[in-house]
Amino acid sequence: MTQGFVGDLTIFVLALLVGFEVISKVPATLHTPLMSGANSIHGVVLVGVVILSASVNGPIGYILTFLAAAFGDANVVGGYAVTDRMLQMFRKRPVPAASKPEGADS
Amino acid sequence: MSGFDNAVRLASLLGAVAFVLGLHLMNSPATARRGNQLSAAGMLVTVVAVLAEVGHGGSMSATRWLVLICGALIGGAVGLYSARKVAMTQMPQLVSLFNAVGGGAALLIALADYQHDPHVSAGVALAGTLDVLIGGVTFSGSLVAAAKLQGYWSQPVSLPGGRFISAALTLAAIAAGIDVIAGAHNAWILLIEVVAALGIGILMVLPIGGADMPVVISLLNAFTGTAVAMAGFVLQNATLTIAGALVGASGGILTKLMADAMNRSVVSIIAGGFGTGATGVAAGPSAGGSVKSVAVDDAALQLAYASKVIVVPGYGLAAAQAQHELRELAALLEDRGIEVSYAIHPVAGRMPGHMNVLLAEANVPYDQLREMEDINPEFDRADVALVVGANDVTNPAARRPGNAVSGMPILDVDHAKSVIVIKRSMASGYAGIDNELYTDPKTSMLFSDAKKGLAQLVAATKQVA
Repeated sequence: MTQGFVGDLTIFVLALLVGFEVISKVPATLHTPLMSGANSIHGVVLVGVVILSASVNGPIGYILTFLAAAFGDANVVGGYAVTDRMLQMFRKRPVPAASKPEGADS
Repeated sequence: MSGFDNAVRLASLLGAVAFVLGLHLMNSPATARRGNQLSAAGMLVTVVAVLAEVGHGGSMSATRWLVLICGALIGGAVGLYSARKVAMTQMPQLVSLFNAVGGGAALLIALADYQHDPHVSAGVALAGTLDVLIGGVTFSGSLVAAAKLQGYWSQPVSLPGGRFISAALTLAAIAAGIDVIAGAHNAWILLIEVVAALGIGILMVLPIGGADMPVVISLLNAFTGTAVAMAGFVLQNATLTIAGALVGASGGILTKLMADAMNRSVVSIIAGGFGTGATGVAAGPSAGGSVKSVAVDDAALQLAYASKVIVVPGYGLAAAQAQHELRELAALLEDRGIEVSYAIHPVAGRMPGHMNVLLAEANVPYDQLREMEDINPEFDRADVALVVGANDVTNPAARRPGNAVSGMPILDVDHAKSVIVIKRSMASGYAGIDNELYTDPKTSMLFSDAKKGLAQLVAATKQVA
């Protein structure tokens, strides 16, 4: 085992603990946006694709990179967009207006 | 290390910090949106930094840029389009698809890395093998889960000898993995590993029933995170490792919460079991005990003269797309000065927290959406509990040992002074047993489709002076 690997392992374990600590405080109300937000974070796989793209060669390498870039970017862009769309729906109770229209379904 | 390298690394650190703080801000609906935007900004910084890094490195040929940019543009456009268009009831499918592409990308990274540089240390080879295995299982498993959620086929499928095939594939994957770690440089062995992983993913999700979907999605989410973290090991990139670990932790926590809320162990769900189908198909109000049926007008009167109403929505509500009618009814009741709140069971819906999103979409303010532990003591004070499309999670039998729902955490609906249940028939839920709540003397059944029943209730409530 190389030193680099042990260093990565250290970071992995610590990040896992930070994750458990931060996420166990998220209320059940927000579990769907949490999961979709976490989904966009794993879109960071795109960074890996960029690094790799600098060293691939030949048709197989190019096809793998193309697919991985498409997958990764769909993950990032779609994930953040849909999480934002969801979260903007979560509103506080509006201050009760004096004359609320009957059966308001706005 | 040059100043440029340092700048790139600091930018990556900034990104990782933004991910953690973004998740932290998710602990309240008031700050969650800002958290997501912070996380997105962190992602942007991270990606720009790595683009600058490879550009500066001078090894990017025109072809490499073209391949990368074309892939990213197409993927980004597809992702954005689906994010804009998806209906909130279809969120579980979309999340599954994002799990699939994330896991798939991690798998492809391991393959491409192996293709150009097979001579790596044993530690990295181990991570690469795990990347291929977990990424492959996630990719195929998530696609099957998405197809099931979309309703292409909702019944659990058990292939004859499925377990035997799974075992054989697992053995093949382990053998191939050991070979790769031991330093075999053979594309065929890697191919065996990929095929085995894809097969395991399919066979794992196929036999799982619809009711267990919240657990499966959470588990696949945890898998995706782990696969990305493994890709970080392969590329020796800390950002990938950190982000992957965060997602792995999030998916792990949600998996445990969901399994606990259904009173099931993750292992028994994966092995297939009672989420496996609608056993009870008894139709009509006849099953066990005496059931009191109620007319719409009487139910409306009961609601209109209550002072505290707790609504208990279940997946039936979402399936009937009746959340807007429910909101309209609640608005009418609130206009009469009635206190209305919503009791949300953790597994209401098809993914963790799904019901909250559906109700938020229907403009229900989030302070009315109450979690199980929080609302349960309040049922004692409720004049009416209105159950719409929820079944097993309200069954008082869960408090007794010796039946299919024993020990399952439930909403204390039977503690309310009276109960109205909107339901199409007496058919049992996924657990396949009768719900004792329905035969409780203070329960009245309003036999109707959720959407139609609520619309009629709205009309009738408007008539009440």
